[in-house]
Amino acid sequence: MNFSTNIKKVWLSSGINLCNNEFVKNSERMIPLKNERTAVVSAQPKKSGQQYRKNGIVRFFEPYKKNYDIFLLFVPVLLWYLIFCYLPMYGIVIAFQDFKLADGILGSQWIGFENFKKLFRSPSFLRVFRNSVEISLLRIIFGFPLPILLALMLNEVRNKAFKKVSQTISYLPHFLSWVVLAGVFTQILSPSTGIVNRLLNAIGIESIYFMGDPQWFRFTLIATGIWQSVGWGSIIYIAAITSIDSQMYEAAVIDGANRFQQIIKITLPSIAPVITIQLILTSGSIINAGFDQIFNMYNDSVMKVSDIIDTFVYRKGLAEMQFSFSTAVGLFKNVISFAMVIITNAISKRVNDNGIW
Amino acid sequence: MIHQTLPGRIFSFVNGLLITLFCISVLFPFVSLLITSFSTAASASLGGFDLDFSKMSFANYSTMLRSQYIWSGYLNTIFRTVVGTVLSVLLTSLGAYCLSKPFFPHRTFWMGFVVFTMFFSGGLIPTYLVMCEIGMKNSIWSMILPCLISTYNLVIMRNFFQQIPAAIEESGRIDGAGNLRILFSLIYPISTPVLATIALWVAVSHWNAWFDCLVYIRDADKFVLQVVLRRIVLQGSTQMIEMGVTPDDVMSNPDGLKAAAIFVATLPILCIYPFAQKYFVKGIIVGSLKG
Repeated sequence: MNFSTNIKKVWLSSGINLCNNEFVKNSERMIPLKNERTAVVSAQPKKSGQQYRKNGIVRFFEPYKKNYDIFLLFVPVLLWYLIFCYLPMYGIVIAFQDFKLADGILGSQWIGFENFKKLFRSPSFLRVFRNSVEISLLRIIFGFPLPILLALMLNEVRNKAFKKVSQTISYLPHFLSWVVLAGVFTQILSPSTGIVNRLLNAIGIESIYFMGDPQWFRFTLIATGIWQSVGWGSIIYIAAITSIDSQMYEAAVIDGANRFQQIIKITLPSIAPVITIQLILTSGSIINAGFDQIFNMYNDSVMKVSDIIDTFVYRKGLAEMQFSFSTAVGLFKNVISFAMVIITNAISKRVNDNGIW
Repeated sequence: MIHQTLPGRIFSFVNGLLITLFCISVLFPFVSLLITSFSTAASASLGGFDLDFSKMSFANYSTMLRSQYIWSGYLNTIFRTVVGTVLSVLLTSLGAYCLSKPFFPHRTFWMGFVVFTMFFSGGLIPTYLVMCEIGMKNSIWSMILPCLISTYNLVIMRNFFQQIPAAIEESGRIDGAGNLRILFSLIYPISTPVLATIALWVAVSHWNAWFDCLVYIRDADKFVLQVVLRRIVLQGSTQMIEMGVTPDDVMSNPDGLKAAAIFVATLPILCIYPFAQKYFVKGIIVGSLKG
């Protein structure tokens, strides 16, 4: 009795083992699927128990050994990231050095937070910092609602062709570089020959120095910035509006709501989540005041109202060769924008249960 | 919506009017500049914003097209756009493919390694120093290599690859295809929409890029079109135009010349744009979805 059950057990277990092994072998030979290969790897230690004795490093590299072919494909990408992203990040250490090109990073003298002390004591940095924040705040206040408005207006257009053409036109400036756009605006806003000032003169207004008058330059910046981005910015809201259930509008029409009421009571509340997340994302980049635009449009006479962190870094670093100091400025900016991303993501998770990551 | 009430009609009319005004305001600068570009020195000094076709002259354009820097700028821009876009799509898709595989070793870590660069970077000066160190200064590759991968595009592509049914890839593996073969012969053909969108994005950003060239390139004959344009239009440099043209010619109608330069540089985008625009829009909608 005992004996036979034992035999039975042995036979059963060995049989099952045999089956398992065969199955594993088969699957390895016939369907060499990656997914299953990893499954096999995780199953193996249970059988032999040998892997448990391997030290941590070997076990750490086990997946690389098993899937070396896919990792080999990743190597060029990895190298690219190391050279063009992580090596510059290592270069940030020169913010804490008195960096000299001749000495290199390793040979330069460490000076701790000297550059940052200099930074916070420098009045030009404080001005630049304030300019960056002010300009992007103005951009948000005046520029944020307009794409929503445009999307609502475009949504009310019933003529398909008209809607399509006006959308296409409104996206156009987004595809031109700020070099081109700054060229266009310096031409048409020129106080002597520009068409805008000629039109103003024609109705009896004196020429306005849009690009040269510190009082007008910020207006020019914000207005042209909005002009460039409003159409493109409306895309996301248009997409959100298209996904609203049309039954809601039908019900509202039956209840006697006019089109303005429909916008206020149905469209706006429906796209409110999208608006929130866009607002959060925009405020996350509050330290980026728009380098491309300002760098191509500013000049000495409006420097004091338009010099932002990025243009400051460029001038100090590449024009005046103060590498360490401008790296410190850049690092300061990077840290702030990184913190803003984390903060805004946390807020958006709380508001929408839906962060960026 | 066929039977509109009177207030409804007024609403539609005002709405259409406002949109039309907006569209005019977008096009107006370009139209006025186009007219300036055809002006002669005489008509420009009169301040003529008149559509007198008999006074139209191609003199500005012919002056511009005689400038060797416009041509070299065009060649450099086309080179960086074509080579840069092809290489960029190849490398980005390679990374996206690897990171889309669940069996990729330590995938979460490597994904974080990649995504971290979206939120933190070395900044201008350290990047500049690294580029100098690896001998990229004054080389046309300094405008191609650093922008080979955009992490944002990589993430979008990876999300797209992840949605491809695993069965397609399995069928390839059974037939004995390796990873590269699967990527090129199976994944690419199914992913044309996302590949096309990203290629277009990269191409436009290459065409419009100017800052890297401004920073890394010293020789004027290696300048891309945007930098040549910047020199001519924003810095008023005549050195870029002079080529069988006396400075007097240039100075007589600087606005017309600048306007012509802008159109010479922008024409390709203006021609392609109406046809390509819908792919961009598709792309931004795909990209706005959370991955």
